[in-house]
Amino acid sequence: MSSSPNRATPLGLRISAIAGLLFLHLPLALIFLYAFTTEERSFQFPPPGYTTKWFGVAWSERPDIWPPLYLSLKVAAIATALALIFGTLAAAALSRARFFGRETISLLFILPIALPGIITGISLRSAFDIMGLDFSIWTIVLGHATFCIVVVYNNAIARFRRLSGSLIEASMDLGANSFQTFWYVILPQIGTALLAGGMLAFALSFDEVIVTTFTAGQQSTLPIWMLSELIRPRQRPVTNVVAVFVVVVTLLPILAAYYLTREGEHTGGSSK
Amino acid sequence: MSPAVRFVNVSRRFGSVRAVDGVTLDITEGEFFAMLGPSGSGKTTCLRLIAGFEQPDDGHIEIFGETADGVPPYKRNVNTVFQDYALFPHMTVGENVAYGLRIKGQARAKRAAKARDALSMVKLAGFEGRRPAQLSGGQRQRVALARALVNGPKVLLLDEPLGALDLKLREQMQEELKALQKDLGITFVFVTHDQGEALSMADRVAVFNEGRIVQVGAPSSVYERPESRFVADFVGSSNVLPPAFASGHGGVSKWTSLRPEKIAVHPAGTAVPEKHAATEGEIKMVSYQGAVTRFNVEAEKMRINAEVPAGDTRFKPGDSVRLIWPKSAMVTMEEGA
Repeated sequence: MSSSPNRATPLGLRISAIAGLLFLHLPLALIFLYAFTTEERSFQFPPPGYTTKWFGVAWSERPDIWPPLYLSLKVAAIATALALIFGTLAAAALSRARFFGRETISLLFILPIALPGIITGISLRSAFDIMGLDFSIWTIVLGHATFCIVVVYNNAIARFRRLSGSLIEASMDLGANSFQTFWYVILPQIGTALLAGGMLAFALSFDEVIVTTFTAGQQSTLPIWMLSELIRPRQRPVTNVVAVFVVVVTLLPILAAYYLTREGEHTGGSSK
Repeated sequence: MSPAVRFVNVSRRFGSVRAVDGVTLDITEGEFFAMLGPSGSGKTTCLRLIAGFEQPDDGHIEIFGETADGVPPYKRNVNTVFQDYALFPHMTVGENVAYGLRIKGQARAKRAAKARDALSMVKLAGFEGRRPAQLSGGQRQRVALARALVNGPKVLLLDEPLGALDLKLREQMQEELKALQKDLGITFVFVTHDQGEALSMADRVAVFNEGRIVQVGAPSSVYERPESRFVADFVGSSNVLPPAFASGHGGVSKWTSLRPEKIAVHPAGTAVPEKHAATEGEIKMVSYQGAVTRFNVEAEKMRINAEVPAGDTRFKPGDSVRLIWPKSAMVTMEEGA
């Protein structure tokens, strides 16, 4: 904080920073590495040889990959859509209204992401049992929506708070009704926040395991399929190929969300 | 002819607070009308009632003879210049100004031409492509003005529009607003807490206190003949003399206003001319204010302010002086509120 950027960082600090980074990212590198190994039964190091054949195998010889992949994409898409609608509406309401218990309700919205997934999972499962709901794609979607809504809500409410109320009044003053005001003034202001929130929600849903195991029944999403693959003796690198795919699918939206919200700091500011 | 804006016994409550309390008011078409008062006096709420952002709890508002009750802001032929300008940050200056026309469904070329005209009217020709963030405070103010005027409102509402500008710019904008209003001939309703601004710009001033209008009139009459202690004190910081003091110094036994600039400061014992009144006291404070010097004098257990043209360096704190003023400068007020 007090040091200028060009002052040298102490050596010990530098070493521990590098160690920390390695600890975090070396396992990730190994996942990539073993997607290319020629050895299919055990993960010996270093790999005896390198091949790209597992990408071909995953693509053409393993039809069991596709149903979980479609299910995951579908669940993530629907949960994100629900989250965009309800998260935005909740943020709009809570950022404008002033009433007793407002902070409590705000906390209740954020709680699902703070709760351990296992609690969310168990409580949802018993709730579905009590209601007599059969497990289906919809129970998974509901489970994922609990934390997807939070992500969208959090992004949206931060932007709503910066959105000066007089902008809305100015729009009405200039002849725009509520719908026109939303379309021409509010949406452009909160658009990047919604996009970022939506992408984060999609990424979170796509690789969610814990809540899904409690709410999925017989179906598997992609992460659950991967978990079950680990005990198979053959074609292990195929799992790594899928893992590489998952990393790409989830990392790109998160990076995009990061840059979108960061840019929003500059452009979404007040008009003062 | 019906007035531009008519308030009939209008009240607006927020919880238990009466923000506007039984206001009755006519604003004439084509006048520059100022609503003056301290913060929380109800002047801004009155403006918002005209704009339609608030609806009265009691009473009735008419705009050009038509009832405004229940009419939403977007159906009223009035436009507002907001205190924080409220320019849309994601639009260019040109798009901001053309917004109202776009909502009305005017063709792109037509509204661009009108926006250009409106911008040149506020001396911002050529600024269409800029973003609000790239403008100075004074320029944003002009854009807000153009954005409101381009819609051809019958009444323009201005909510402390000069509050965020520095003194020099404020004085310049005061003149420009006044000239603009004369050119366009439309009704301007202007909210301010700055009495100098209200007095210099307005055709008529309404002074607000605690949700009520305490006096309405031309700036000169509000300044010269305040009807209450509040107006005397708020508009121009007059000396408010209690009835006993007033009657002992050539006035009548009522609360009386005496403007600081009407009082001359002389050495103790100076002869008092005919038709003048005087009191003796000790100077407590001298404050130099550029064009004038203000003396705060303790006399007869009261503090009296006297303002004399700057350059009078005869007196300093602790000096005994005689304050002399013409009896005609004492303005009797109706009540002590």
